[in-house]
Amino acid sequence: MLSIQNLSVNVENKHILKGLNLEVKAGEIHAIMGPNGAGKSTLSHVLSGKAGYDVTDGSVSYNDKNLLDMPAEIRAREGVFLAFQYPVEIPGVSNIYLLKAALNAIRKHRGLSEVDAMDFLTMVKAKVKALDMDEKFLYRAVNEGFSGGEKKRNEILQMAMLEPQLCILDETDSGLDIDALKIVAEGVNSLRAENRAFVMITHYQRLLDYIKPDFVHVLADGKIVKSGGAELALELEEKGYSWLEQGV
Amino acid sequence: MTSDHLTVLKSQALEKFNAFASNSAREEEWRYTNVSALAKKNFPLATNESEINLEALAQWKLENCYHFVLVNGFFNEQASYLPKAVDICALSLESESEDDDDFESVLANEKNGFLVLNFFHSNNGLYLNLEKSEVLDKPLQIIHLTTQEAMVNTYHTVVLEENAQATIIETFINRDNQSYLSNSVLECAIENNAELTLYKLQNESEKAFHFGGVYIQQAETSKFTHHNFALGGLLARSEIHCDLDNDSECELNGLYLGQNRQHLDNHTRINHNQPNGISREFYKGILNNRARGVFQGRVIVAENAQKTDSQMNNRNLLLSADAEIDTKPQLEIYADDVKCSHGMTVGQLEEKSIFYLQSRGIDEETAKHVLTFAFANEMVEKVEFEPLKQLLQQQLLIRLPIEL
Ligand SMILES: Nc1ncnc2c1ncn2[C@@H]1O[C@H](COP(=O)(O)OP(=O)(O)OP(=O)(O)O)[C@@H](O)[C@H]1O
Ligand SMILES: [Mg+2]
Repeated sequence: MLSIQNLSVNVENKHILKGLNLEVKAGEIHAIMGPNGAGKSTLSHVLSGKAGYDVTDGSVSYNDKNLLDMPAEIRAREGVFLAFQYPVEIPGVSNIYLLKAALNAIRKHRGLSEVDAMDFLTMVKAKVKALDMDEKFLYRAVNEGFSGGEKKRNEILQMAMLEPQLCILDETDSGLDIDALKIVAEGVNSLRAENRAFVMITHYQRLLDYIKPDFVHVLADGKIVKSGGAELALELEEKGYSWLEQGV
Repeated sequence: MTSDHLTVLKSQALEKFNAFASNSAREEEWRYTNVSALAKKNFPLATNESEINLEALAQWKLENCYHFVLVNGFFNEQASYLPKAVDICALSLESESEDDDDFESVLANEKNGFLVLNFFHSNNGLYLNLEKSEVLDKPLQIIHLTTQEAMVNTYHTVVLEENAQATIIETFINRDNQSYLSNSVLECAIENNAELTLYKLQNESEKAFHFGGVYIQQAETSKFTHHNFALGGLLARSEIHCDLDNDSECELNGLYLGQNRQHLDNHTRINHNQPNGISREFYKGILNNRARGVFQGRVIVAENAQKTDSQMNNRNLLLSADAEIDTKPQLEIYADDVKCSHGMTVGQLEEKSIFYLQSRGIDEETAKHVLTFAFANEMVEKVEFEPLKQLLQQQLLIRLPIEL
């Protein structure tokens, strides 16, 4: 589904990603861990099409198409979803408006008709309930005044509604209390499917207790320096990252 | 006054207006808004047409309202629907009992050429007097429709006696995208504890000149709320003056939305003359292309107007590098125990917000429209009269096409 080859990226003339390789197949769950400032969020932004990132080398193919050629909205419509590390507050735009506009844009891209208003409401209410959110959130402005945890949950609500193929979760677990973490993890697990893949960026083993990854990668200094199975995360928890960086 | 004398004064008023327009750039009050183009236009005075197609009105007439319709400044009774058992009528200059001194004095002393022109050349206008404790049961919509390339002058006067309440909606529209001057003045006395809510929807043609003056006298514990939506006009100036007595309250909200070469000027002046007055002013501007906006907010707190509580806020969104805003708060405070604040901002749409929407599948242009609409809609949401709110949202959506 996703094939990243030798990806090098500059931000403001600063070399951040330095020849990164990653292969993600449909149905897989990948966890990316790594020290602060290693380039994890940079990778998630480059994949979702944020401006300001200068790709100096390498390629990214998604479903056999050149992902880097697509404008951000086309990537989203093609099924790429980023749950932001820092979700943006958008005053004046209600959550429900955003969900509907996004869903319809994606449906249109797929040649489907606009969602029926009643069906939409039924669907969104079911997802809100599953995530143990208050329906009032639907009518509030997107993320405005939401607590850290509420913002993260809201990202997962959007993901659940838009049913993407490639879900990138950038530290969705940070800021969640123990109960919320469980609920969000259940939300993610319920979305697991053969044709869907997850890339989860996280600092903590805790998330991986709930969502068992098929692969764990360590991103340090702009590239993947070690990959392994779920057990690698446990090893990292114990030893930290320094033993890996020394080997680089 | 003899009609000959009046004719002489009327032509002097025209001359005075032209001289004012030509030299407006020199006036401090008109620093940012040069109306000399008007002097060159030399529009004739509007005339009363007998046969006139009023289909254009239909889409602007709000439901659940009384309608006071002026076509080219002339009252159109057929198209109007006035409340019964209320002291209301169409004014005309001839019917006013001003004495000669008033005429001479306006001509000699009034600095604002638009007001001189209006005083002498308004044909018709609204006269409304609500008696003590009278409450107008529905909003009264005043519709100004222009269908001529001419100067249209209208003058309205409203009196709300003690405890009376009214909602008035001024609407300015054009039929055929013409060039003309629409010059309208509304004066209102809000007596003790009375309340006026005034809306203005200025949707003149994009070739038109517009001057709209609103002059309010507020008695003790009275309340005035204004919502000012400036969407149309090539060059439009709105002027609002409020004089506040003890414990009275005024709230001025505004939204100006300029595109292409529109010039939208908002001039407000709040005089806190007595203690314990409250004023709240909140104007938002959105300027695209080469449009230019002006916000001049003046608050004057007199020496004895202690405990005045005044807030002013003006926020602007510039959508293009060529758009421009001049925002100027002017606070003159002569009392020492007051709470007065003001804040002005000028900014662009935030990249991170645009990207966030894009990352959800919404294209860049739509994302910008959504964010701009949201910025503007904050002011529309303050409108309590639902039919007007819907009309305003429709108008915004014409300019910012998105699906709601
Ligand atoms: N716009 C920018 N200008 C300059 N430097 C930037 C910019 N964006 C990111 N960086 C730098 O790039 C590096 C990688 O940042 P990134 O956000 O990708 O780290 P991260 O791995 O997600 O870290 P964390 O675990 O703390 O979230 C950091 O050193 C950061 O300061
Ligand atoms: Mg990060």
